Amino acid sequence: MVNYYVERLAQLIITTLAVITLSFALLRLMPGGPMDYLRAQLASEMGSGRSSDEIDAIVESYVSVNPNDPIYIAYFDYVTSILQGDFGQSIWYSRPVSEILAEALPWTVFIMLSALIFTFTIGIALGAAMAYFEGSRFDTSATIVSVILTSIPYYIFALVLLFAFAYQIQIFPTGDLYARGETPGLNISFLRSALHHATLPILSLVLTGFGGWALSMRGNAVRILGEDYLRVAELRGIPDYRISLKYVGQNAVLPMYTGLMISIGFMFGGAVILEEIFKYPGLGYYILRAVEARDYPLLMGGFIVITLAVLVAVLIADLTYGKIDPRAGGGENRETY
Amino acid sequence: MERSTHVQEEVRTVKHTEESTTDDEQISSSVFNRSSTDYETESRKDQLVRSVDTRILAPLRIVVHDWRGLVGGTILLVYLLMGTIGVVLVEAPEIGQGPRFAALFTDGHILGTDNQGRDLLALTVHATPAMLEMIISGAVFTTIVATIVGTVSGYKGGIIDRISMVVTDIMLTIPGLPLVIVIAAILDPRTPWVVGIVLTINAWAGLARTIRAQVLTVREESYVEASRVMGFSTSGILRRDIIPQLMPYIGVNFMQAARNVIFASVGLYYLGVLPFTHYNWGIILNQAYGGGALWNVSYFHWMAVPIVTISLISLSLILLTQSADRVFNPRVRAKHSRTISDDDDAVEHN
Repeated sequence: MVNYYVERLAQLIITTLAVITLSFALLRLMPGGPMDYLRAQLASEMGSGRSSDEIDAIVESYVSVNPNDPIYIAYFDYVTSILQGDFGQSIWYSRPVSEILAEALPWTVFIMLSALIFTFTIGIALGAAMAYFEGSRFDTSATIVSVILTSIPYYIFALVLLFAFAYQIQIFPTGDLYARGETPGLNISFLRSALHHATLPILSLVLTGFGGWALSMRGNAVRILGEDYLRVAELRGIPDYRISLKYVGQNAVLPMYTGLMISIGFMFGGAVILEEIFKYPGLGYYILRAVEARDYPLLMGGFIVITLAVLVAVLIADLTYGKIDPRAGGGENRETY
Repeated sequence: MERSTHVQEEVRTVKHTEESTTDDEQISSSVFNRSSTDYETESRKDQLVRSVDTRILAPLRIVVHDWRGLVGGTILLVYLLMGTIGVVLVEAPEIGQGPRFAALFTDGHILGTDNQGRDLLALTVHATPAMLEMIISGAVFTTIVATIVGTVSGYKGGIIDRISMVVTDIMLTIPGLPLVIVIAAILDPRTPWVVGIVLTINAWAGLARTIRAQVLTVREESYVEASRVMGFSTSGILRRDIIPQLMPYIGVNFMQAARNVIFASVGLYYLGVLPFTHYNWGIILNQAYGGGALWNVSYFHWMAVPIVTISLISLSLILLTQSADRVFNPRVRAKHSRTISDDDDAVEHN
């Protein structure tokens, strides 16, 4: 079991390094890419009075990569400064990238985690109910609703919700994190306002997401309901609630593990579109602003931070999964061919 | 005596041999020569008819019998026609080809027009070919990479498995859309084929993991072991013994991948991250959002047209995926195949 935790932690570190490396490669190695663009921009802004060395120094202050250093030194500098939380300077906002991202991160995490938890629990509960009443009218109609809702992309749903509830009926705001005039802090009116602003984004993810979970939960549960060991458990006189939780529930949820991992990345990635639609200044919103303004330090910083958020979420999911799946701790000792 | 012949016959009907013998000597010889006599009794033509029936017609029959397959297939066919014949029939959208903001079904504009007087039907139809190209390149790329990584690492095991799974897990945890946006911002892809691949740059990881999990169960089968003992190469075993077993699963996921390509491409064109080099439903959505379709009800058709277009093709792919699940289920398939008699089915399941 200890091995399992060590392995997960090693995985986390390797992935973090890989993402930083990827970001470095994109920044530094692309011909005509970000570095050249930044240099050209700075050179034209400051006129011909500056030497090339001076410009390089300023470039370094923006992206933590000096174009003149040999690659391995530049790489080492970049990794160490990122690991110290120094993401450089945003060109568009003229502020340290880390400051902007630190403000944005909690909001994205708040929206995505609540959406993930709602989606998963509603999906599992509905799927279990559908399997229990298999073949009934409830099952059929829930299946149809799930299929239709799943087939709509979340951002389409977001646009429809925004049109209906924010622009036409006007019971929800059309953007922003909280109402103007609220002071962030632990007071009830601020929390209410924040929830009010987050409702539509969360709703559009939950409504388009739970159907898929419900359908696969239903499929898994129906398959397990036909297994012999359930008959045996019933004959042994094990109470019903224990059978449905331990025997059916647990075994039906376990195969959805990979799906959950993918869906964490998918949801956080969706922040880019969702936050743009709702004008919700989280990580995704700033990533998009950075793309539009060609603000590469902010773009790369946002990319690294959103990946780290996913990594931590996956790690938490992993560790809880290890608690419920008895097989997760065991090493894989297969023959190699 | 009677009972024993019955049992013997049952064993032999499995392979469709017609001779009925009771002589022990003959039985033993026919058991050992069974495969050769099989090929003699079944002519080439029979083989062809049978393989067409079981591989093409039976799946089609199930798809048609299943309402999901029928609806999904019909919708998908409409999109395919739209992308091929539709482009010829419907003239290309032009600025000012109609009045601005014409509503649905007015002045010969079935789907109305946008803020520049462009026909929305023409915009929708002419966006289809590029979309189909993106879907094909993206889905093919995803499936091929996932199949190679998944089968090789699942079958080989050991250090190869460990390394490729570390890489896969890294790809799996990097959120797809931001990665695609970062790459698209730097590479600036223009042709639909390339855009399709960029969109699915890390989409193969999840599929590779699940394919690997399936290979782990197949690799211990006795026929795989037999091939290995006979000294077949790894690629031969993967191609002949393992991948055919997984084909149904891969096929279903091909459609899943296609759906993801549509979602991602519309999303990114909506955001304006990809260069507007060809028509796309996401671009209509982007312009409708920017043009005020959200607060002006009379413009709503402008936004509704791309919304319905995207949702319908996605729905058709989901329905087809579900129906394909049934197609690849061998029991359902045998029921719909005419060259396999019901008796055989009974023997198989006893």
